[in-house]
Amino acid sequence: MTDAIQSAHDTTIVVAKRSKLRKLADNKTLWRGIASIILFILFWEVSSQSKVWFGIQVPFIGKVPPPSAVLENWVEVVQRPGYWQSWYLSFMRVFFGFIVAMIVGIPFGMALAVNRYFRDIFFPPFEVLRPIPPLAWVPASIIFWPTTELSIAFVTFLGAFFTIVINVLGGARTIDVQYLRAAQSMGASQWDLFRRIILPGTLPSIFTGAAVGMGITWEVVVAAEMISGGGQQSGGGLGFFIWSSYMGGSLAQVVVGMISIGIAGYFSSSMIRYIGYLFMPWRRIF
Amino acid sequence: MATNKTSTRRKARKTGKANGHATDKQIAGKSKLELINVSKSYGEDWEREEVLVNLDLEIQPGKLTAVVGPSGCGKSALVNLIAGFEHPDSGQVLLDGKPVTGPGRDRMVVFQESALIPWQTAYQNVIFGPQLRGDMSAAQMKEEADKLFETVGLVEFKHKYPLQLSGGMQRRAELARALINQPKVMIMDEPFRGLDAMSRELMQEFFLRIFEKNRRTNIFVTSEIEEAIFLADRLVVLSNKPTRVRSVIDIDLERPRTFEMLSSAKAYEYKREAMEILHEEALKNFKSSGSQSDFVEAFSARNE
Repeated sequence: MTDAIQSAHDTTIVVAKRSKLRKLADNKTLWRGIASIILFILFWEVSSQSKVWFGIQVPFIGKVPPPSAVLENWVEVVQRPGYWQSWYLSFMRVFFGFIVAMIVGIPFGMALAVNRYFRDIFFPPFEVLRPIPPLAWVPASIIFWPTTELSIAFVTFLGAFFTIVINVLGGARTIDVQYLRAAQSMGASQWDLFRRIILPGTLPSIFTGAAVGMGITWEVVVAAEMISGGGQQSGGGLGFFIWSSYMGGSLAQVVVGMISIGIAGYFSSSMIRYIGYLFMPWRRIF
Repeated sequence: MATNKTSTRRKARKTGKANGHATDKQIAGKSKLELINVSKSYGEDWEREEVLVNLDLEIQPGKLTAVVGPSGCGKSALVNLIAGFEHPDSGQVLLDGKPVTGPGRDRMVVFQESALIPWQTAYQNVIFGPQLRGDMSAAQMKEEADKLFETVGLVEFKHKYPLQLSGGMQRRAELARALINQPKVMIMDEPFRGLDAMSRELMQEFFLRIFEKNRRTNIFVTSEIEEAIFLADRLVVLSNKPTRVRSVIDIDLERPRTFEMLSSAKAYEYKREAMEILHEEALKNFKSSGSQSDFVEAFSARNE
């Protein structure tokens, strides 16, 4: 028993001694990831250039512009301020909706979890509203809110809100009752129980909810931008960027927009993962 | 000091006083726990199941009382009532004559599966109680905790998270967490379950040394008869549901205990006696509900 711990301990020391760069070079997962992306791009390039393989038309990918064309277009697009304006607008909308959803959703989910009366009153309407897809809210939202900007923000908020609440509720309700009992025996007040047990115990679920919610927010913002026309300003978000590229007939630019959203989404999720890593030191141990 | 102890022990035996040779001096000032006519049932209306009915049980001061019973009998209910997590439907739980109304630091539980709080390091877990109550200065808290980490042999692992500790280490940290609160009664709810045989034996020995040193009133719930005999001054055998005290066996073995004592004729006799009762009770359950065959199986396998 002690030996196993000791050897695990020794291994960590060895790993720590090795330089960070060396560790990166040894990371097989990283290299496989890079190789897989390169292979994918090669396959895409070859198949969309040749279009016909062994007498068979390559479906779908044969109609997509090759990566070289996309890259060429991208180089041109990044020089336009409108493109960066789209990034900015989408990010603002996503983060606004997302942050409001966190601010409202976490306390709401907690209240559902810890207070039976609150749950009895608010959970049924919540459960009726939850299955409505955020995009189904778009028309109502446009009518209800005075500006397009606010209606987009509202829809993105909904996208994250329900997921966050459900995760917080589930997480808080599955905390082992023995932690609460142990704390109670030692003299914890209600507030102590909440602060020292329920809140930290729910953190993992909060971050899961946030990661999923963030994904939904990006889905929703893009669709909402396409539908609403992206607001009054020129260049109305990445969704509008894709839509207008499509209308303008530039397929390469559509792909540029798509990949931009992929990168933006990845960046957002990484950020949440990193914040989770900072907040939950007990989960970094392996 | 040591010779003094032995002589009192001898005297105790001569006067026919059994109960694991606890001397009067050791018992003085220790707490007594009583369950008087306690009943508890779970579920509602037609699903209501009587788990404890008119149970009387005395946990004697300064002694280690082991509680065994057929699986599925109300052992956990008993623990929850004594700890104050649940309330009896009728009857009373008394600690030194005063009724137990809720959980409190005077009765610390060491739980079945480790209940160390995963987001606190071992050290944070141990100082949790005093920190919550604010009844120790920071320096005092640190000193007490350091002493306990020394006792449980986890000094180097003080700042590890529970998941970084092995099963045995977790149990020791949990012991330290309970002990820092200076409870009057320790409630051990199958604390070594789930440990491998080797760590389990080590933990039993380790736990015994702590108990034999301060002789805190202890209730030790277990499903392992050998463990119970090895540790206990008194062995309480519970009946099948609805649970009553079926029998109380005084374990008259020397202290400090060693594993060799388990192979003595006396220990074997205790074991046989307890097994017989348990077998009877388990069979009852087997007949009445058709479940619990696991225990019967386990029993017969052990006797082969």
